[in-house]
Amino acid sequence: MTMFIAIMVLAAGTFLIRLSGPLLRERISLSPYAETLLKTGATVVLLALVATSAFVVDGAWAGWALPAGVLVGGVLAWRRAPLALVVVAAAATTALLRLAGVA
Amino acid sequence: MPIAFTKHLDRPLLRDIAALAAGILIVGLSFGAIATSQGVPWWQSTAMSLFVFAGASQFATMGIMTAGGGLVAGVAAGLILNLRHVPYGMAVGGVYWTSLRAKIIGTHLLTDQSTAFALAAGDDARKARQTYWTVAVSLFLVWNAGTVIGAFAGQLVADPAVLGLDAALPAILLALVMPGLKDRRTIAAGLLGTAVALAASFFLPAGVPVLLALVGLVVMWKGADGKREERA
Repeated sequence: MTMFIAIMVLAAGTFLIRLSGPLLRERISLSPYAETLLKTGATVVLLALVATSAFVVDGAWAGWALPAGVLVGGVLAWRRAPLALVVVAAAATTALLRLAGVA
Repeated sequence: MPIAFTKHLDRPLLRDIAALAAGILIVGLSFGAIATSQGVPWWQSTAMSLFVFAGASQFATMGIMTAGGGLVAGVAAGLILNLRHVPYGMAVGGVYWTSLRAKIIGTHLLTDQSTAFALAAGDDARKARQTYWTVAVSLFLVWNAGTVIGAFAGQLVADPAVLGLDAALPAILLALVMPGLKDRRTIAAGLLGTAVALAASFFLPAGVPVLLALVGLVVMWKGADGKREERA
């Protein structure tokens, strides 16, 4: 029962969080500069999410296998490889390194 | 509505979305499987995927709750992780801010990936809208299907870490963000923000560091003085 309450509270809270962005956006004047700033803000957050999920797991260094896979995927993306290749190459790199005993 | 949209998207983009959906399906399978292995009934993990629809927070809240961490700690960790949707909604909210129905559904389907795909569509509003809805609806379907299947067939699902999927998901986001890093100031903002987030992630709860990355936007400050056209 506690789990179900947690799920419902998390669901309601998450919806309100998601809703607050567009509502805040309506309240401020959207000059082209503000629009650029908002898009750059989301880009910066996404980039930080990539880096933190590649290098840090549970508040500690993630080990080499994980960032190595993300790096391989990133290089392929930079060479404009299709996303399917990025996915498979990143996952395979990390999986094979782990298989070889690299943390 | 979203199905009709897919006709207008080019094939490479649809292939990219399919690749993403395949990855999300496997993570959904593992979410359902892990929930069942922790003694969570299938209808609860399914309800969570339907009504929360935010993977990282679902794993975090469920993990804390099943480990006996309590209601407040579990929900707080999930909500903090989801705060990054505020800047996402501010950046791409206009894409789905049309009819009331689209506003409500589009809001619920806002994720890292739907944001990244919409941003990658660039300044073409029509393409951004079609891309957003195609990604958002596809991911909602595969995430929920994956959760249900995983909850029942948990033992058959491989560990996502063994498959290296924890590397694939950041790599997808990186691939989507990369085209947006086209001018010096955006790159500088990204690097500064990322450095701040990385340093902070060793001692702040997950979810807060990526928000602190927004301090990277200080390098955009000069734009207010008339140099704003530089990005175009």
